This record gives sequence, structure tokens and C-alpha cells, in this order.
Amino acid sequence: MELADIIVKFILVVIIFAISLVVAMYSTYAERKLAAFFQDRVGPNRAGPWGILQPLADGGKMFLKEEIIPTNASGFLFIVGPSLAIMTACIGSAVIPWGQKLVIGAHVIDLQVADINVGILYIFGVVSLGVYGIMIGGWASNNKYSLLGAIRAASQNISYEISMGLSIIALLLVTGTLSLREIAEQQHGWHWNVLYQPVGFILFLICAFAETNRSPFDLPECETELVGGYHTEYSSMKLGFYLFAEYINMFISSAVMVTLYWGAYNYPFMDTVAASVGPNAAVILGVVLMFAKIFLFIFFFMWVRWTIPRFRYDQLMDLGWKTLIPLAIANIVVTGIVITLINR
Amino acid sequence: MESLSNKRKEVNNKPLNFLERAYLPAIGQGLLITMKHFWKKPVTIAYPEEKREFSENFRGMHSLKRDENGKERCTACGLCALSCPAEAITMTAAERQPGEENLYREEKYAAVYEINMLRCIFCGLCEEACPKEAIYLDGDIVPSDYLRKDFIYGKDKLVEAPLNQ
Repeated sequence: MELADIIVKFILVVIIFAISLVVAMYSTYAERKLAAFFQDRVGPNRAGPWGILQPLADGGKMFLKEEIIPTNASGFLFIVGPSLAIMTACIGSAVIPWGQKLVIGAHVIDLQVADINVGILYIFGVVSLGVYGIMIGGWASNNKYSLLGAIRAASQNISYEISMGLSIIALLLVTGTLSLREIAEQQHGWHWNVLYQPVGFILFLICAFAETNRSPFDLPECETELVGGYHTEYSSMKLGFYLFAEYINMFISSAVMVTLYWGAYNYPFMDTVAASVGPNAAVILGVVLMFAKIFLFIFFFMWVRWTIPRFRYDQLMDLGWKTLIPLAIANIVVTGIVITLINR
Repeated sequence: MESLSNKRKEVNNKPLNFLERAYLPAIGQGLLITMKHFWKKPVTIAYPEEKREFSENFRGMHSLKRDENGKERCTACGLCALSCPAEAITMTAAERQPGEENLYREEKYAAVYEINMLRCIFCGLCEEACPKEAIYLDGDIVPSDYLRKDFIYGKDKLVEAPLNQ
């Protein structure tokens, strides 16, 4: 690897990191504003025009709040919890292909930090690490509500990871590769995987809601039962990290869904566009469209949150184990049969 | 029995059919409902900048009136303070000096006139009691503040602006 490539990669990492943080920051604002619109309200409008400085004000407040570590909490783990949560949320974006390759002179810039051939497995590893942040934080708080929230989060994530994995297996039967770059390239034009795997997509979507602890599966932070859930004892920026990690997770899982099912950076008639405005402009248009799709998914996450009430815990487990897993297995079987028949 | 209110509904405990049990159609309906609200005009307003129209008999902040020549009408008779059920009004009377005829209409006037806005219940009895038509609750909503002492409004806040000559 040349020095120039290393510098380009480094810049790319910084940009993606900054983008995911800014998106997460403005997701908090968007969530409050959208909640207001869904409830016929005006929403935050004091900080700056239309309240667009609200996330900065919230962040500043978080930093300036008093840092409280409960006496009986396990001091080291209490700090490790939120750090792990935010760290695992941030590293998930490394394998997502944000666009095709840019060609500037003799240089080829790959708009993906790491094109590893087990991209999906990496994502799954990161997702399952994410639950440790919540578990460690909830356990270290030495508070029964935190612990209950952490236990709920752990069992929920483990249950839904199974059907998420099964729905991905059906997708892998179609694509035949684990590399996210190759999956994205295969969806060239309008050959989006959602057309071949609609059931798989819906399963993945439901599991993504559960994995990111979003409503209607936000039982780990169920205020009515658990005070605040796993972050009951947290204050100041450590609480901010937990809340922030949730929004970054939402961004990353939207990006994964777009990459796997909704054609990543591909769009219909992309070859015609590339021929008429030049390849680099077409690549940038693809990146813009990918972000547009991601934002649509984030909007959908919020739309669902302000529509559906929370599941009861046994309903959550029933849905996961008795409905989604059988459906996912049936999906694999049907996909396998169809692929065998076509390839004969 | 015949229903009196026509609001009676038959209770129905029939088990859910497959579509109802599958959640998804119901969730779709719910999403449509929230989407309808998304495009609706908000029912709330950005309050201090925008204000709702008050009804005609709205009772807001008090104002001490001037007559057509710009003289203060209040004669410090104390009937408003007496009629006040919340005991929010207090005043100190003073005699009008020669040369002040253009300021005060009567020979006696209120040198100090204070209303404690935290005590006031905006009932309007002071307005009814006043024989000189000097006090009216025709103002705006009393603004919020940080300290209790800042809610005791003196003549500087209550008396109407002088007439433009």
C-alpha cells in the first residue's frame, strides 16, 4: 500500500466517522421534530432558526452536567459500559460501501474503508458486541432496574439475532457472497435484492428494530416499568453516549439494510447517467442517493416509533421465537428450492 | 332495554382472524393514521411570537386608565382593594398639589398602587367595584418572571401610557 492510499483511507475514515456522528446528532433533532409533526405540534424551535442548533445545546448540556458514579457501582465497568456501546456503534460503518470507485487521474479511490470478504459476518460480530455495552453498564450500576433492563436487552438481542441471521442466509443463497461490496455490485441498476427477498427484508427490518432497541421493541429502556432501563444510574455524557449509540446504530443498520436489500448506491438507468454526465458525477449521484435511502429508513424508524405502542415482554419473545424464526426458516427453504429449480 | 343515550355498543369477544393476528395490516393502518397527522397543521403555536385571539370578555393584566385629557382616573378610594377576594391590591393615597391638575383628575390620587400578580385570581371584582372606571383587566397575559418580588406590579407597569399631545 502506498503512502497516498493510506492518506486517502485515513481521510475517508475521518469523513465517515464525522458523517455518522453528525447524522446521529441530527437524528436526535429529527426525532423530536418528527414526533412533534406526528402529534400535531410545532417541536423544538428555540435554539437557532427552526431549532437547528438544538443538538448542540443538548450536547453542551450533557457535557456540563455533573458526573455521578454511584457509591456501590463498579467504577471501572461503569465507565467501560458506555464506552463500549459508542465504540461498537461507530466501528460498524467500516465495511459499508458508500459508493462505487472514484477515478481521479491515475488514482482509484474506493469509497469503502475495508472491503473484507466476510463483511456481513463482521457486521454481525459488531452488532452482537453492542449488547455487551448495555449489559456491562446495567450490571455495573448495581441497581435492580438497570440490571433488569440489561437482562432484557441481552435476551432480546440474542433472540432476534437468530432470525436476523436466518433471514441473511436466504439472502446469501441469492447473492452467493459475504462481501458487502460484491452484494452491492450485484444489485446494479434496478436488480435490488428486495425484489428477490421481500420476506427476508421484512424479517431483517423487524430484527433491526429489535437490535437497535427501538420502539416497539424498546423494552430495555421501558420507563413505565424500569425507571430508565439499563441507563437509570447514568448521567452527563455517559448517558449521552448510550443515547447517542442508539442513534448511530440506527444509522448503521439503515445503511446495512440499504446495502443488502435496497440496492446500495445503485439506481435505475445508472449506466445512461454515467454515459451522459461522466463516471465520477454518476458515482457521486449514487452516494447521494444511498444517503437519501438511508435517511428514508431513519425516517421510517421514527415514523414507527411514534405509531406503535411497546410490546409486552412475552409478546416480544413469542414474536421472535414462534413467528419470525419459523418464517425465516421457511424463507430459506423456499429460496433454496427456487434457486435449485432455476439453476437446473 | 332500550338505550337512552344511543351510545351503547355491543361487546364482541370473537377471536381475531388471521389478518388481525398477523399485526402487520394493523400496523400499516396505524402508520397511515400517523402519516395523515404528519401533514396536518399543528394545533399548537409558538407562543410568545404568535398569540391566540382572546375572547371579548377575557380578563388579563390590569391597566389603570386615564381620562380623555390624559389625567389618571384613580382616586385611591380603596374599593378595589376592599373587593379583592385574594387581597392582591394595595395602595397609598396622596393629596393632589396645586399645579398637578393636568396629572390627576380627582383631588386625591394613588401615590403607590401595587397589585401582586401571584395573588391575583383575575376575577374582575376590582373592575366592577371601581366607581371611577379607572381599572380594567383588558391587558395581555401576565408574563413569567424569575423572582417573586418582580410580580408585584407598581404604577410604572399598570398605568396606561400618556396621551400623545
